Amino acid sequence: MARGRIEINEDNCKGCTLCTIACPQGVIVMATDHPSAKGYYPAMFVDPEGQCTGCALCAVACPDVCITVYRQVPAKTRPQEAAV
Amino acid sequence: MMVAETVLEEQVVYARPASLRDVPTHYCPGCTHGVAHRLVAEVLDELGIRERTIGVSPVGCAVFAYKYFNTDGCEAAHGRAPAMATGIKRVRPDMVVFTYQGDGDLAAIGTGEIIHAATRGELFTTIFINNAIYGMTGGQMAPTTLPGQYTSSSPAGRDVETAGFPIRMAEVIAGLPGAAYVARRSLHNVKEIMKAKKAIRTAFKVQLAGLGFSMVELLSACPTNWSMSPPEAMRWIEEAMVPYYPLGDFKVAEGVEALLKER
Ligand SMILES: Cc1ncc(C[n+]2csc(CCOP(=O)(O)OP(=O)(O)O)c2C)c(N)n1
Ligand code: SF4
Ligand code: SF4
Ligand code: SF4
Repeated sequence: MARGRIEINEDNCKGCTLCTIACPQGVIVMATDHPSAKGYYPAMFVDPEGQCTGCALCAVACPDVCITVYRQVPAKTRPQEAAV
Repeated sequence: MMVAETVLEEQVVYARPASLRDVPTHYCPGCTHGVAHRLVAEVLDELGIRERTIGVSPVGCAVFAYKYFNTDGCEAAHGRAPAMATGIKRVRPDMVVFTYQGDGDLAAIGTGEIIHAATRGELFTTIFINNAIYGMTGGQMAPTTLPGQYTSSSPAGRDVETAGFPIRMAEVIAGLPGAAYVARRSLHNVKEIMKAKKAIRTAFKVQLAGLGFSMVELLSACPTNWSMSPPEAMRWIEEAMVPYYPLGDFKVAEGVEALLKER
């Protein structure tokens, strides 16, 4: 399974919770202790066991385009290695 | 000799599209106007047409859409976006022109404009947001409000005896000769959002191919005026709106079929 991670722009997040519903791995939770500058409780990426697959479903669901998704992919063979 | 080992490298698989400015929107939490904006922006990026696109914003909650899309844009009087888009496209046929309109805008005060623009087969694209309510002005009944739906101007629920039945705009527009592609999609979950994007892409391709007027109606949530949480609002779209407003393609004119088959 591919590995991934996300970054959430807390300043733009409005705490709608839709990303938490969209995530099949359950690695997005809503903050309960720190409201954002706008006064919403933002979504947080909590993935201690590295379960995020980088599927980007959370980003598709987010109405406020807060989520950037990264995935680990095999790097292309480097040119100098290929030359040997 | 070196053996190439599998090195993992981190790649960005999703980031904000260039066609959407990096500014916070004024939309309420969970309002799917934001999703609709993002889908249009992704399509403009993917088709490589951002630099030659002009958006026409409505009156309604999306009144500031021209500030959010990283394209040229202007603002029309209530319901008049199709008339403005007609003028722009006729003067600058090299540009890609779209209107972005709510149901109060397109299906009430602007019904005449959209019907005649579609009938004339004007070569622009309309993104029509059906949230079954007037959002901006405080949740009054719209022509699209469902039978029995509570709104601030139908506190006992829409009474079809006096207010009539909601209007299915996609079907109405599909019946007009100049409309080349008319579809209805929904924004209530990830799967439907992905289908909506595909329809939006087809609509813009229809314009690029000069095949006629194109419109995508999007069932959209207004959690604030529906008095629901965002997840409740998504469920309400699925359970109450979709049965009345079926999803699908209502007009696929000659020449559009081939575009539908493309990815
Ligand atoms: C000529 C004119 N009439 C009435 C209004 C008041 N008005 C502003 S927005 C709106 C309706 C908006 O509803 P909709 O198009 O459904 O968009 P939403 O806000 O739901 O996205 C109305 C009636 C106006 N601004 N201009
Ligand atoms: S990328 Fe997929 S797995 Fe990772 S947080 Fe988003 S929805 Fe969950
Ligand atoms: S979907 Fe977006 S706005 Fe909503 S809680 Fe998640 S990150 Fe925040
Ligand atoms: S009032 Fe409704 S349509 Fe307008 S921004 Fe809020 S949720 Fe969206």
